[in-house]
Amino acid sequence: MSEQNTQVQLPPGRSAPPARRELVRALPWLLPALTLILTIVLFPAAYMVWTSSRDVSQAGVDRGSAGLDNFVALLNFPALGRVFTNTIIWVVGVVLVTLLISLALAQLLNQAFPGRRLVRLAVIVPWAASVVMTSTVFYYALDPFYGVFNQFLVDLGILDAGFGFTRRPVPAFVVSMVVAVFVSLPFTTYTILAGLQTVPDDIVEAARMDGAGPGRIYRRIVLPILRPAIAVAVLINIINVFNSLPILRTMTGSIPGYDADTTTTLIFKYVQQDRQVDLASALSVVNFLIVLAVIGIYLAALRPMRDE
Amino acid sequence: MVTTTPETTGRRAGASAADAHRGFRPRSRHGRRWTRTTAGVVVALVFLAPYLVMLIGSVKRHAEILRIPPTYLPTEWIPSNYLTMWSTPEAPLPYNLASTLIISLCGTVLVLAVALPAAYYTAKHPFPGRAVFLLLVLATQMLQPTVLAPGLFRQFLALGIDDTWLAMILVNAAFNLSFAVWIMHSFFAGLPKEIDEAALVDGASKLQTLRHVTLPLVWPGIVTAIIFTFIACWNEFAASLVILTTAENQPLSVAITKFVGQYDSAWHYVFAVSIVSIVPVVILFALVEKRLVAGLTAGAVK
Repeated sequence: MSEQNTQVQLPPGRSAPPARRELVRALPWLLPALTLILTIVLFPAAYMVWTSSRDVSQAGVDRGSAGLDNFVALLNFPALGRVFTNTIIWVVGVVLVTLLISLALAQLLNQAFPGRRLVRLAVIVPWAASVVMTSTVFYYALDPFYGVFNQFLVDLGILDAGFGFTRRPVPAFVVSMVVAVFVSLPFTTYTILAGLQTVPDDIVEAARMDGAGPGRIYRRIVLPILRPAIAVAVLINIINVFNSLPILRTMTGSIPGYDADTTTTLIFKYVQQDRQVDLASALSVVNFLIVLAVIGIYLAALRPMRDE
Repeated sequence: MVTTTPETTGRRAGASAADAHRGFRPRSRHGRRWTRTTAGVVVALVFLAPYLVMLIGSVKRHAEILRIPPTYLPTEWIPSNYLTMWSTPEAPLPYNLASTLIISLCGTVLVLAVALPAAYYTAKHPFPGRAVFLLLVLATQMLQPTVLAPGLFRQFLALGIDDTWLAMILVNAAFNLSFAVWIMHSFFAGLPKEIDEAALVDGASKLQTLRHVTLPLVWPGIVTAIIFTFIACWNEFAASLVILTTAENQPLSVAITKFVGQYDSAWHYVFAVSIVSIVPVVILFALVEKRLVAGLTAGAVK
């Protein structure tokens, strides 16, 4: 590949430069990006790993090495089991439901019908809007007393009286998952829609001529072509949903205790409420290892990137 | 009357041949279009419902928005909420708007300045370590500010730039870098080599070629990257929450949480601020909506 390229770039008669010179020539173009990544991403990451082994006071003073004490303190945290279970339910549930709804939605938006452009624009809105603001309006509308969505359910006859969706951990966690699906749908749908553009019409047409039904065409032709689009959408969703703070903070933040927390929201409770940066750092390290593991399992088990 | 573009007519002609083969009559095809429109209307309503609640709530009186049971439409319309919200004890909104604008604009410019050269060079020039560099960029996508918040907080504290716009500009730029590099890289890589070569053969310098030939061709990719970055910066919440402690420095996304209290919430202001913050971004998104599918195809699917 590099031979091919040097032939193109150099005037004839000069030999290819050694690898080191190529690297030196590339550096000026990459240096700004590298600097930013090193100082704002990798350095704080390393600093955080370091902090996780230190004893830091609430005022931020480093009181010396703590060994693995912060991790031990985490393990002894009584709510940790619940928080881990919540995290798994949160990520798997939201990502899976988002994918299923998006597949159907993309199918609809890929058909020609009057008003399609307006529907597509409507689907984009939750993507453009700030997640805090979207969560806040859901929190308001689900209020048992003055919430409009609650009133709507009462008027439809589904509820007898307003229900406190956001007052107790389990229902609040469930409606937070609904909001998380809601804000993840636009990106996922559009990525799958982009994938649908790569499905060749003539192949689908040929299959139809041969008598294949729509379900079979979808499973045997469309889905395999969508595989890379789905892989990318699911990967990005796993990362985003795992790291999501605003939805749970808005919807369940006023509930005391940790029954509706994921590891990510717990980190922020440590930082903001308890000012325990050392413990928060330890949990952040664990959190990142979990993301890596989840992605690893996803890639290994489903091999979404493999070529058919 | 159904509007038909040439494209759909062509597709329909082909499809109706297939339908005839399977015994469909043209009328059922027509009916199916309207079923789809109905489904589309339902989808649009579901997606817009929370924002309609926002819009309607933003023109209710404070007492009415807390009324039990609630009203669907305001009994009295108070558009002046959009004026009075700028001077409230809860949040210094003019400052918050300025913060949001400055952080987002500077963050976007920085991302572009840093990502464009990297995307161009990695797409057009193989060099040892290119794969490593691209992997490093992708890895930053996994390390989001929420995971790194404790580390970033300590680092900026140590550097003495905690609670500043600069800190947030750097954070926004660093964490949106990978998406921008990724999208622009695939646009550059998608350009046929012959175009660059032709310009070089004609005697143009490398930089001239880049400016007059390559950049105009990848412009859609650059615009997509710019708009995505800007929107991500505009809506950033988690890092701002931890790093910006002075009320005047905080962006709108953090400021609106101040209106929600334990005992009394100024929902009408929450929603008016939200509408002011969301509308420009939706317009930006609408401008690139058609290109969005193409941009994601290039960036994500290939």
